[in-house]
Amino acid sequence: MNLTSLRRTLGAFAFVLAGFAGLTSCADKAETADLPEQLPFVGEREIRPRADGGPADTVIATIPDFRLRNQDGQVITNATFGGKVYITDFFFATCPSICPKMQSELLRVYEKFKGDERVHFLSHTIDPAHDSIPVLRDYAQRLGIQNAARWHFATASHDSIFSLARAYMTAAQKDSTVAGGFAHSGAFALIDSQRRIRGVYDGMNPLEVERLMQELPVLLAEEKARAGK
Amino acid sequence: MSRLLRLAGALAFLLILAGCFTERQNEGHRLYDANCSNCHGESGEGLRQLIPPLAGSDYLKVNRAALACLLRKGANGPMTVNGKLYQQVMPGNATLTDAEITNLLNYVQTSWGNSNEVFTIREVTEQLTGCGGSIVR
Repeated sequence: MNLTSLRRTLGAFAFVLAGFAGLTSCADKAETADLPEQLPFVGEREIRPRADGGPADTVIATIPDFRLRNQDGQVITNATFGGKVYITDFFFATCPSICPKMQSELLRVYEKFKGDERVHFLSHTIDPAHDSIPVLRDYAQRLGIQNAARWHFATASHDSIFSLARAYMTAAQKDSTVAGGFAHSGAFALIDSQRRIRGVYDGMNPLEVERLMQELPVLLAEEKARAGK
Repeated sequence: MSRLLRLAGALAFLLILAGCFTERQNEGHRLYDANCSNCHGESGEGLRQLIPPLAGSDYLKVNRAALACLLRKGANGPMTVNGKLYQQVMPGNATLTDAEITNLLNYVQTSWGNSNEVFTIREVTEQLTGCGGSIVR
């Protein structure tokens, strides 16, 4: 081996090492990323012209009125979550693909915050034809949720559920080509007490669920400050 | 120089060889992660009372002769595992080959503390032929 090839080899080594160093520094940055002081407002903005011709108002989209029935047969509406924050997802009881993983991730969040009365959970079935109230109750109990005090498993007409899914930024549709007959994303949406979406997280990704668990207290602090005003 | 080349060649050969073996060895694990872990959990733990566990599951021993067809055809209806009744739907898999099902089953039979008897491909093919689901490529 002559000197030139040695130098070349060493050069290559240095290059590879530098690459590793770069990777490491990136990873460090991600881990220590600071939490935002305030969570963003997710979703559509609507520009509303003012009647008096002044500057138009920008209005953040809010969750529309809803009326659902939970696993205990109770009617739940937006008012059920008044003054609270809640996390939603969409599932169905016989879902053989992503739901068990998604619900076990949501269980982690539930377990962590179950001591905090301000945090509620709302799982919508996208298969209301099959998932009757007794089916939902059985499903909830099998997950270890004994009643709907904090975690609602809810149903409504097919149309209301699917338009709500859109409002919560979750894709859900009938699709006979996928196992179980419904295609849907495993998104969790975090909603504040003013009906606004403050975060959307991939419920299939444990790192995203970690992010939700870190960001939730940021929202709770904001809610506390608002309540104190 | 030529000695160095020969050494490098031998090393490359070994690496490639190891690569083949590793991939084959991990096939069951990879197939499990891709097809089963969403419901049964990464460590075969199941999900509360909803999805039965595979780790420490008596079902794998008691129903050993029906496992290949269970993976191929799925299940729908009540199932008792470790004395608990489960009611979920389990989808089958129509495309895995007999060899892949063998590797997948053997991964389950020998992981997370399980030390159940493993399967030969021939045994799995026999089971699958019984439910019209043998795929040999």
